[in-house]
Amino acid sequence: MTPPALSVHLHQALSGFTLDVDFDAPAGLTVLFGASGSGKTSVIDAVAGLGRAATGRVALGDRVLMDSAQGLYLPPHKRRLGYIFQDARLFPHMSVERNLDYARRITRAPSDRPAFDRVVEMLGIGPLLARRPSRLSGGEKQRVAIGRALLARPRLILADEPLAALDDARKAEILPYFERLRDESDVPILYVTHAATEVARLATTVVALDAGRVIRQGTAAEVLGDPSFTPGGDRAMGAVIEAVVKTHHDDGLTELDAGGVPLLLPHIDQSPGDRLRLRIAAQDVILSKTRPEGMSALNILPGTIADIHYGNGPRAVVSLDSPAGRVLARLTKRSVHALDLRAGVKVFAVVKSVAVAPGDVGGPAR
Amino acid sequence: MSDWLGPDEWQAVALSLKVAGWATLLSLPLAIFVSHALARWQFPGKQVVNGLVHLPLILPPVVTGYLLLLVFGMKGPGGRLLDALGLGIAFQWTGAALAAAIMGFPLMVRAIRLSIEAVDQRLEDAAATLGAPRPLVFATVTLPLALPGILTGAVLGFAKAMGEFGATITFVSNIPGQTQTLPSAIYSFLQVPGGETAAVRLVIVSIIIAMAALILSEVFARRLSNGMEGA
Repeated sequence: MTPPALSVHLHQALSGFTLDVDFDAPAGLTVLFGASGSGKTSVIDAVAGLGRAATGRVALGDRVLMDSAQGLYLPPHKRRLGYIFQDARLFPHMSVERNLDYARRITRAPSDRPAFDRVVEMLGIGPLLARRPSRLSGGEKQRVAIGRALLARPRLILADEPLAALDDARKAEILPYFERLRDESDVPILYVTHAATEVARLATTVVALDAGRVIRQGTAAEVLGDPSFTPGGDRAMGAVIEAVVKTHHDDGLTELDAGGVPLLLPHIDQSPGDRLRLRIAAQDVILSKTRPEGMSALNILPGTIADIHYGNGPRAVVSLDSPAGRVLARLTKRSVHALDLRAGVKVFAVVKSVAVAPGDVGGPAR
Repeated sequence: MSDWLGPDEWQAVALSLKVAGWATLLSLPLAIFVSHALARWQFPGKQVVNGLVHLPLILPPVVTGYLLLLVFGMKGPGGRLLDALGLGIAFQWTGAALAAAIMGFPLMVRAIRLSIEAVDQRLEDAAATLGAPRPLVFATVTLPLALPGILTGAVLGFAKAMGEFGATITFVSNIPGQTQTLPSAIYSFLQVPGGETAAVRLVIVSIIIAMAALILSEVFARRLSNGMEGA
């Protein structure tokens, strides 16, 4: 059996709580997911070798980065990382080109112009090469930071909330690059975020943290489809399902197939046969006990209620198993009682809107 | 200009430039090292080192000069050692340079330490993750980013060295052509009747040198920060 791409076992007393984290991550993109203060950044910094030393063991494949039992702490510069920081951290006294080339110069590696050009082209930063970082926009800075990390030829890519400092438009600009990294490179990625939307789009594996502990681990669909798990509040909840593009209709709609259920979405720029990851926010789902008719909503998923999760407020989250996968619906407790909803009851989920995450779903098959 | 200044006066100006130049040049690397240690490292005795560095700033210069005399004078342990090596500095211009360097050192360290502390440590971390061992992080990130402050420190140290009087005259006396620097020369001219005009000429030279150093450092600092803003 091949060892996990990344294995992390850490114990560290931090101010306020104790970090006690144990997880193995397969190849692909592993999201460390949790609210701020849950210990995500402490974990990623321990993997990078920055900050105070923790006890435990971190291994990348069969290469041990840190093992406190042996007193082994590889210094950061020997770990072969590509760390993408939230605040980009470009060197202000160097041009973009020298920033990108920094790791190669510092390690005296031979020049590899084709690799350099490939990264520059993929990130679309060719026109920026001569500029200083102070003359870049936030999104441009983050693209250069990604390029700089990639050109270090890392064995592991670390990303600490790389989108958190950006507005929505810039986020949309950067997200696809992480999808390409996940899908096109063999280097495992450890990605820290508190945003469920980023988890839904990017995660091969999710490791959810709370107060320094791993509280859930699984695929994005498994973790986000769990109604008892709401690190972003139940407003931000949403299940993730997979679908295949079927056809494009003349009226601008694209028909998808989600486990045999047809879904109609505004035109998606993908070819028939492409697999997609869809995110259905719990607050965009309405439940009905009979198949609704005479409604404007196009997408209706039949399903069976698996579980109802009551929060503290007037709301409840119903999870149902549909042929397309686990779907969550956020209702009022009053509606749950009025419709007499409970586990095992067959219902129809009316989906008001679906968010599409382009790109391959990754998944454990890799 | 050579007509304007007498040979004695020229000698004092040239000697001062030599003394201050060497004092600045030789103490700058040590000042950068000490500043970096004080700014970034935790080590036992840090406060003692900090106090020692600042001592010349708060002691009367005559006291510093006398201490130098005790240690590096003809009969002092340091003086005998240097003599044995053929590097005697007592009553030599090199002794004046040592006194000037020690007096200018705290000013240099203060400016340089502040500029190193102002360098974002997160950039140093980023450099480390990209494969740079510590000395290279310092050379490629910390040092260039602290350069404006290092320049300021060097100018301050140079100015202090040019103007140093008390410690110098106590340690190496006031020998024309050997240890008579600009301030000592001005002092000497003021002691003799009719020496005022020569003193005034040297005062004017002092002002010109000080202003030139200040303007040069401003120009350099501006060019550096412009470079960082990116044109």
